Amino acid sequence: MNGLVALIRRHRVAAVVLFLLVFPLLMPYHALAVNILIFGLFAVGFNLLFGYTGLLSFGHAAFLGVGSYLTGISMVHGGLPWGLALLIGVLAAALAGLLIGYLAIRTRGIYFSMVTLALAQIVYYVFYKAERWTGGENGLRGIQVPVMDVAGFRIDFIDPVSKYYVILVFVAAAMWFVSRLLASPFGAVIEAVRENESRAAACGYDVARTKLLVFVISAAICGLAGGLRALHLSVVPIDSLHYLQSGQAVMMCLLGGMGTFFGPFVGAAVFLTLEDVVTTITRHWMAVVGAVFMFFVLFFPAGIWGTLMKRLDRAAHP
Amino acid sequence: MSSPILEVEGISKRFGKFVALNNVSASFQPGKLSAIIGPNGAGKSTFFNVVSGAFAPSAGRLKFQGRDITGLPQHEFARQGIAKSFQITTVFKQLSAHENVRVAAQMRASRYQLIKPRRAMSELAERADALLERVGLADHRARPAADLAHGQQRALEVAMALASEPVLLLMDEPTAGMSPEETKVMMDLITALAAERSVILVEHKMKLVMGICERLLVLHHGEFLAEGTPAEIRANTDVKRVYLGQG
Repeated sequence: MNGLVALIRRHRVAAVVLFLLVFPLLMPYHALAVNILIFGLFAVGFNLLFGYTGLLSFGHAAFLGVGSYLTGISMVHGGLPWGLALLIGVLAAALAGLLIGYLAIRTRGIYFSMVTLALAQIVYYVFYKAERWTGGENGLRGIQVPVMDVAGFRIDFIDPVSKYYVILVFVAAAMWFVSRLLASPFGAVIEAVRENESRAAACGYDVARTKLLVFVISAAICGLAGGLRALHLSVVPIDSLHYLQSGQAVMMCLLGGMGTFFGPFVGAAVFLTLEDVVTTITRHWMAVVGAVFMFFVLFFPAGIWGTLMKRLDRAAHP
Repeated sequence: MSSPILEVEGISKRFGKFVALNNVSASFQPGKLSAIIGPNGAGKSTFFNVVSGAFAPSAGRLKFQGRDITGLPQHEFARQGIAKSFQITTVFKQLSAHENVRVAAQMRASRYQLIKPRRAMSELAERADALLERVGLADHRARPAADLAHGQQRALEVAMALASEPVLLLMDEPTAGMSPEETKVMMDLITALAAERSVILVEHKMKLVMGICERLLVLHHGEFLAEGTPAEIRANTDVKRVYLGQG
């Protein structure tokens, strides 16, 4: 058992991908699995900033939304192929991250959260008003991924299983990148900044630059999640940019376990599955999800995955 | 005489109307152990914060190895070769003792590499182990810094400061809050360190530094009142009046 846990930890990306490969088989229907994949990635990108660097942004909907819209606009108005459109979505989100991050990292604590929230609201209104490009209140419609032929396999986004596995390729690549980043020298620096900024500066690390770089990377990953969501839904709803999405990222991270590699993914899966199951029973699903959330924050502050990891650690080193 | 390692030229620091440092000048020779002493409120901590790069001075210049470093950001001071230990223990609490020192040592090797695994940088891990050994924390390498005793955390800070291979080590009351035994160990460590590099201590307890420092500077009301060898300071009537007189 301990050997297995150690093996999984060493090859965490492979383990995650292996799990995600069979994941659709475990879910009641495939659209939910795709949703979890996308929001799992969104939460992982957010966690890089929140869990690992200690910066609580309330504006990450902006990056999800910018990624979604720019991917969609590139396809609908620009007629670009979906791969290139996705790249544009990611770059646009990174650029939005650079602008918002540049302004936000000048502040700390609650002010940082408020600045990110305010700037994300500006992004919301810009896209809301730019109706000609974004469809305004109705959202951006008409995003079509054509049928592809890859090495003899017919890939059609109408088929949710094919769609799931195409999206999984991108999510797996992003997870690999995040894992490498966390294990890199820079990964050590961001944790040092989270632990103590003045000591990190006294150690010779440029705290502002480090924060900005993480902010941009986090935005790019969330932008990728957004772009994939546009391909998944074929539309970009305006609520992609709504601050409730930012709040969801926070909830998913806390629920799964902030500052753990796979925790945000678990949080996203639990959150979305709960939402899906409870909405069939009552309209007031928010109350149920909220209660579950509070239960975990109060009694398992390390989150579902974080608590599990701690237990396993204790079992391995009593 | 070799050229000074640190030159303080007419430094003032004002906080609003309050003048914490008033036009102080001093120069420090390489390879020496010097101490800044003075009663409470003399401006010692302000002096430390200015020369270590935490505060930019309101006026005056700061030169390190002949280069003007006035107003550089904090991390640049570290990169130039000035390391510091804080008065209030400042370590990365959730990280292991080993990781604390390793990340401090990493500054010279890599700061923005995103993909290379840090496991591959084994020389940093070895250096961190050697430094933990040196400050007497080898047995505690895997423990989170938060779990260490106060004296051990202070020792960890010294190891972190040394990890960046500093030319000049600045220490703000390194024995604050320590037991007599811990104080003894720390003072021995400082004496040993001073044999290899320049060290400037800021210390409230005069007795502690009398025995080990080659040169003392006495701050009083934000100005240097006297400077000299321990014997000269002991004989100085002004110092006796403002400092020793208080016990």
